[in-house]
Amino acid sequence: MKLYNPPSPLETRVVSRRFGTENSWRLDTYLATGGFEAFKKATGMTSDQIIDELKASSLRGRGGAGFPTGMKWSFVPKNVEGPKYIVVNADESEPGTCKDRLLMEHDPYQLIEGILIAAKTVGATKGWIYIRGEYRYLVDHLDNVLKEAYQRGYLGKNIAGTGFDFDLYTQIGAGAYECGEESALLESLEGKRGVPRIRPPFPAVSGAFQAPTVLNNVETFSAVPEIIRNGGKWFADLGTPKNGGTRLVCLAGHVKKPGVYEVPLGMNMMYFINEIGGGMRGGKKMKALIPGGSSCPLLRADECDIPMDYDSMAKAGTMLGSGGMMVMDEDTDMVKVALRIMRFYKHESCGWCIPCREGTTWLQKMLARIVDGNGASRDVDLIGDLAKNMLGRTFCPLGDAAAMPTISIVEKFRPEFEAYVAKNPFASSELVQVA
Amino acid sequence: MTFSPELEARFADLMTHYPQGRHRGALIPMLMYAQDEVGAITPDLMEELAKRLGITVLQVDEVVGYYSMLHKKPQGKYHVQVCTNVACMLLGGAELYDHACEKLGLGHKQTQASGKFSLEEVECIGACSWAPAIQVNYDFHHEVTTAKLDQILEGLQ
Repeated sequence: MKLYNPPSPLETRVVSRRFGTENSWRLDTYLATGGFEAFKKATGMTSDQIIDELKASSLRGRGGAGFPTGMKWSFVPKNVEGPKYIVVNADESEPGTCKDRLLMEHDPYQLIEGILIAAKTVGATKGWIYIRGEYRYLVDHLDNVLKEAYQRGYLGKNIAGTGFDFDLYTQIGAGAYECGEESALLESLEGKRGVPRIRPPFPAVSGAFQAPTVLNNVETFSAVPEIIRNGGKWFADLGTPKNGGTRLVCLAGHVKKPGVYEVPLGMNMMYFINEIGGGMRGGKKMKALIPGGSSCPLLRADECDIPMDYDSMAKAGTMLGSGGMMVMDEDTDMVKVALRIMRFYKHESCGWCIPCREGTTWLQKMLARIVDGNGASRDVDLIGDLAKNMLGRTFCPLGDAAAMPTISIVEKFRPEFEAYVAKNPFASSELVQVA
Repeated sequence: MTFSPELEARFADLMTHYPQGRHRGALIPMLMYAQDEVGAITPDLMEELAKRLGITVLQVDEVVGYYSMLHKKPQGKYHVQVCTNVACMLLGGAELYDHACEKLGLGHKQTQASGKFSLEEVECIGACSWAPAIQVNYDFHHEVTTAKLDQILEGLQ
């Protein structure tokens, strides 16, 4: 199966180690390259031992929130009656992100094995891979893979002779960014509109069909087999002390070699952009970047000489998010970037809570007014104020996701907004209408 | 309403995926797969699925209204979706969309009278590292230029 971009020799390939090899998605290839060794090992371990390995690996959720995976699994109650489920978030809709696609396309058995280990750990009997509708080719691909897995005894009854039973299905989405948010995803899985649920209870206690559920991103589950096979410490040691392991970064924008690359956490961001990404296109200078999907606060070029790990990113006021890195050169119009980001969030707001529904609508109107040359002097402050008032006031993180990049763009590139406003002869007039 | 044997088999399989009494979970997959066969989410289709899942037509309708890939009107034989979100925008996605509008004589969510092409400006389709990207029906095309777009469109009969 072909890769969409050539790999770089500077990568550390763990979850992507089979990418691009012949028949990487077939069970026989998987078994010949260490596949299902981890699951067999896990069947001889207690749930606490598995969770301890995950904690030692310092694996954090790769979907965006970065929650420690071992801790998440440990929240599933142990001695309760009734079924437990596994749900895989393959909705991959955060702008800038295109990595889970490759994991499902090139190495679906690694994902299945990760799911089985999670199921064994918490005692789940059924699971769904929730895939965005646009990835229809992957739904068909995974349906074929699941069929083979059932036929060969790696799903269904008595998996690989271990006495463990588990059923796994694909579930196709129908186009909604909001369904990448875990509680909205669960609503969608139940056949409803993707509006978020109030939490607590969290999915670990009451998730899919109101049963305890482990819900993780594709990449998170995919990292589990290698962690169990080689030990949590081995994975952790690939990164920096508090930020273990590797992760996929989707490099996009004005770089010479955009692509999906797997790198150890803690790699210097400028080294990543210049050495793996080949530096900027057309001899241009870098102006800014979005580090991990469009929900993340932007960084100016002079802020990017930092290690790519959770702690360093937090210190810089942003996050690694979903790994969707978009690099912008000196010619990029940041006001237009802010508007395009807000158009997206306005389109995707589910409308359930007012600060998000109204906030995104009005921010989009104000940003469009500035770009159209009708901006008033007070608009620049108003955009920042309105965005700040959305923070923390919504059921789910979509409101924050819309506000955070906006606040950072206004703060860091204010002169560009003012330059637009300065061109409007009526900018200071009290008569300028609000939208 | 009758469906092809393949779609009926798919529905029957879907109904086994959910816990006892919770087969409403099959609604969105059923809508997606049925839309491919029927061509749109018609009133008959909504009624049929409501009946099969034991829910009201309104419960189906509110779901149809929420998801961007479910549509009540038929799209063209080739539904051209051009992404203009940030990663694609940085590399000419908006210009590509304008070019598609001109080339096809269509605007956002419009369909040619002949029914051959329809056009939609879409949000991120998850091809950011190979931008700008488009989808024609379910097929991805990466690193699309205006020349490449012309070539793709001309190759569709």
